[in-house]
Amino acid sequence: MLEIRNLHARVEGKEILKGVDLTIRDGEIHALMGTNGAGKSTLSNVIVGHPKYEVTEGSITFDGRDLLKMSPEERSHAGIFMSFQLPVEIPGVSMTNFMRAAVNARREALGQEPLKSTDFLRLMRETQKTVGIDRHLVSRSVNEGFSGGEKKRNEIFQMAMLRPTFCILDETDSGLDVDALRVVAEGFNKLRNEKTSAMVITHYQRLLDYIQPDIVHVLLDGRIVKTAGPELACEIEERGFDWIRP
Amino acid sequence: MSSTTQNYIDLYAAHRNRMMEVAPQALNARRDEAMDNFSRMGLPTQSAEQYRYIDADRAFSGTYRLSLPTSRLMAEDAPVAVNNSQLLDKYYATCADADDPIVALNTAFATECLCVHVGKDINTGKPLEINDVLNGDTSLMEHKRILIVLDEGASLTMLMHYVSTDRQQFLTTQVVEVFVADGARLDIYEIEETHTACTRFSNIYFHIGSHATVRHNNIVLWGGITRNTLAATLCGEQSEVTLNGCVMADKRQQVDINTLIRHEVPRCTSHELYKFVVDEQATGAFAGKVYVAPDAQQTESDEVNQNICISPDAHMYAQPMLEIYADDVKCSHGSTVGRLDESALFYLRQRGIPLQQARQLLIQAFISQVVDYIPLEPLRQRLHAMVADRLSGELDQCVGCGLCQPRVQADGCNSSKP
Repeated sequence: MLEIRNLHARVEGKEILKGVDLTIRDGEIHALMGTNGAGKSTLSNVIVGHPKYEVTEGSITFDGRDLLKMSPEERSHAGIFMSFQLPVEIPGVSMTNFMRAAVNARREALGQEPLKSTDFLRLMRETQKTVGIDRHLVSRSVNEGFSGGEKKRNEIFQMAMLRPTFCILDETDSGLDVDALRVVAEGFNKLRNEKTSAMVITHYQRLLDYIQPDIVHVLLDGRIVKTAGPELACEIEERGFDWIRP
Repeated sequence: MSSTTQNYIDLYAAHRNRMMEVAPQALNARRDEAMDNFSRMGLPTQSAEQYRYIDADRAFSGTYRLSLPTSRLMAEDAPVAVNNSQLLDKYYATCADADDPIVALNTAFATECLCVHVGKDINTGKPLEINDVLNGDTSLMEHKRILIVLDEGASLTMLMHYVSTDRQQFLTTQVVEVFVADGARLDIYEIEETHTACTRFSNIYFHIGSHATVRHNNIVLWGGITRNTLAATLCGEQSEVTLNGCVMADKRQQVDINTLIRHEVPRCTSHELYKFVVDEQATGAFAGKVYVAPDAQQTESDEVNQNICISPDAHMYAQPMLEIYADDVKCSHGSTVGRLDESALFYLRQRGIPLQQARQLLIQAFISQVVDYIPLEPLRQRLHAMVADRLSGELDQCVGCGLCQPRVQADGCNSSKP
């Protein structure tokens, strides 16, 4: 369970989050909507511990642990995963070496032996089939020369390799055509189980047709100003955000 | 004149007779003249353009015992000999820059010359490996000399591996003269993994004929003070020279690479790619000059120098230079100094990779581009592994050659990692 209390945060000296309260229980999918600059990406970056973002007040706990005291890698080991809005290209680092380092770092943190090379490669192969990502992509450098859709699909592949319990999908729909969007969303749905929770950040209803949220929040000017059921997303699609502003 | 320069003049006077006794005639014939040259020039100071990034006078100032190198050949059939007089008479000290103080000093003190000769149209096949091992129970100084001659159409791959087996202070100068005749091909790899109390000044000179290919790759993994001077002169048309290198420096290491490619004739190609990663209090310097003579039309040349400073105390000096006197050429040069990509670093950490390991992955990716150019698959693999070990801190001296006794070896590059 993720619990955010009175969270204030700033980036480069500018206050973006001005008191966010949010509770996401195991198995729940929450959608976070809001205008550009409302603080959606700041909130997700603060949860995963991006060093550029500074928390000035408030708390975040994850399964009872104080998240703000943990390094980004420790948060990852605890089961938090972010699908990036713009996944970085890392020329020269192969997907295989990247995933091997990630999987084994996580295993070490959990007190498990590193995977044997053959077991690891089998896991890569099986996951690649489950997610439906082209095996040629998996043999290349991380995201290098990938199209927008391939990058997002690669995020889902990594999610499948790491089996997180809490996922942030940060504008996974941006830059995707409808077909790619469906593939990515289906990939995610295939991976979740009754304990997986997620925070889905989006501007549009479209993604929520495929990943159905239990709860929808609207974040405006650094605060959550409205929380309701899935019907809220449809209403925003029709009426925009202006009617919600306090 | 500096007191350090005077020390070398005195040292020469004290040892001249002994050196004259043990060394071959071709080396002795150049000795006094070289010492006169050296006395006139003195050790270079940082006001000399060529040496502005390294304090040579200071680097040579320690107290060392003069050691006269003795090479041993480990393979009978290798194209190597110590003091091949025919070769020495024809080529010795004809290509190295006599006006370089380090060359002058080396020529004054050199007592043997390792000679590599590949005859006309011969392809040696198996790579030749020269292991230069520094060992001793006191601080030592050595002046090494190598001559490499490839006749027309000859083909050679060689690996020169500089290691140290004792933790003493070592000072080495090395001068390599390379003659590549028409249609010949030379691939030469130099790997330095000595230790932080080693000072090494190496000068290599290439004289390249027509339709020839020369690839040089310089990998500096460990050392104290390293200065590598490379000069390649393209003397025949349709030739291609590639000078690549990568440097990993930390602690208080100093690594200074200075290259000069001279296009003297039309229709030649040159490439340079040098990458430095400097960390902690280390200093790196790269100065690369490409000269294109007035007649050297249709020259193609590209020079790339990319550097990463990891810590705020690390320093990098970069100076790419083009000097073009012909009007129909295609030349480019560029240099960058930056830091590790923060967004890539965070991406790796978000996936659970600890900061230190994430850094290593990114540095290795940056460096590996240079290693990827090595066409020989087993050597490429071995060097990738050495770079990985260097970055993970596992390598603090020799890995990969299985070498553990003092010897200079001329043997195939078939030793494997233990």
